[in-house]
Amino acid sequence: MQNKNIAERPVKISVKNLNKCFGELEVLKDMSVEVHEGEVVCLIGPSGSGKSTFLRCLNRLEDANGGTIIVDGQNITDKKININKVRENIGMVFQHFNLFSNLNILNNITLAPVELKLMNKEDARKKAMELLERVGLADKAESYPAQLSGGQKQRCAIARSLAMSPDVMLFDEPTSALDPEMVGEVLDVMKVLAKEGMTMIIVTHEMGFAREVADRIIFMDGGYIVEEGTPDEIFNHAKEARTISFLNKVL
Amino acid sequence: MGFLEVLTTSVNTFLPALGQTVRLAIVVLIVATILGVIFGLFTVSNVKVLELISKIYIGIIRGTPLLVQTFIIYYGLAQSLRPFGFQWKAIGGPFTAGIVALSLNAGAYMAEIVRGGIEAVDVGQMEAARSLGLSYGKAMQKIILPQAFFTMLPAIINQFIITLKDTSLISIIGIRELTQNGKILSSNAVAKSMPIWLVVAFYYLVICTVLSQVAKIVERKVSHRAK
Repeated sequence: MQNKNIAERPVKISVKNLNKCFGELEVLKDMSVEVHEGEVVCLIGPSGSGKSTFLRCLNRLEDANGGTIIVDGQNITDKKININKVRENIGMVFQHFNLFSNLNILNNITLAPVELKLMNKEDARKKAMELLERVGLADKAESYPAQLSGGQKQRCAIARSLAMSPDVMLFDEPTSALDPEMVGEVLDVMKVLAKEGMTMIIVTHEMGFAREVADRIIFMDGGYIVEEGTPDEIFNHAKEARTISFLNKVL
Repeated sequence: MGFLEVLTTSVNTFLPALGQTVRLAIVVLIVATILGVIFGLFTVSNVKVLELISKIYIGIIRGTPLLVQTFIIYYGLAQSLRPFGFQWKAIGGPFTAGIVALSLNAGAYMAEIVRGGIEAVDVGQMEAARSLGLSYGKAMQKIILPQAFFTMLPAIINQFIITLKDTSLISIIGIRELTQNGKILSSNAVAKSMPIWLVVAFYYLVICTVLSQVAKIVERKVSHRAK
């Protein structure tokens, strides 16, 4: 969208030579990526290309085997840093929502801010209601996750992340587990977030959405970044044969 | 004397014995639950030393009979610790020894139940909690254990009933609970063996039934919250 502008902004996340193995299997090979403040990056690529693993390394749900990941100036691959503190500023939305099934929607959202003493109960409740209003679920505050549809669950999960006022949001295939008619409502919430200037890294198979909201598309295959560029560069003028063949299959 | 006669004439000795059984069971169930949660958490902790400690504990308890464990704790421990001035008498006698033996025993089985319950909770729940910045302990306490509790409940109740009945083995070290009371009465030989032991069985049946019914009510109350 406004690429020049973005490149001048401060770097929010800087990944250098990231390696990740699961046993013998090398999932990420020497990945290097920089994400700037307010940038929306979409990761696309075939299943098993390492997109989700890369995303999960960014908040250390997966430990990197090599390389450095710097978020807001802090090297999160350093075992000595307080990872919980770092995670407070990185929201994550999962493919299977992972709402806390023992808590109602309101408590799902207020749990972390209250437990981490960022807000008192009353303020957290107010903020949660504002967020639920924003994602169109104010009437579900007292419901339990099991009573919600997939789309509603995912919107609630986004609200739960936003309650921590994160600087960065990671989305791990947020619409892959949804019935087709519910994909739109979740993408709409994400579009608004992108417009408001949230730094977002999104693993997605929704090419139309990626084209519309992304500042940059990264195409991954086999643990590498094969090609990256603006949506126009990737979707209309891809250079690499593997990118072209992938896009031909999914578009 | 028949069943009903024994039941009515022996109330004066059976009621205190029943009290002793119930007291024993309540204390043991509380201690065993605490032990079970601690060692269950050890097992899933991913900390090698803790995992090993709990593996050894559970292995030894499950691999040896409760009766032998009771003898080791009551007779064995008393003898080998006597040089250090230890006496069961000083800390409540066989009753305390019985509590220690039964709690250690039931605790190991509870630990396995807790482990199973925790492992049955979707890993995504822990990941979501951690991704919000909650510590491992907080996530366990607020998210994982409450959810695990729902799945563990039937197994916990089952273990409670087993442990309640296992208190009868403790009669061997001389606690006058239901079984021991039965033994004493039948050795007096006023009544025949059969009605006495039927009365003993009857008392166990009553408390186990009460426990099952209470458990059913608890289960019904919490089940609407489970997924």
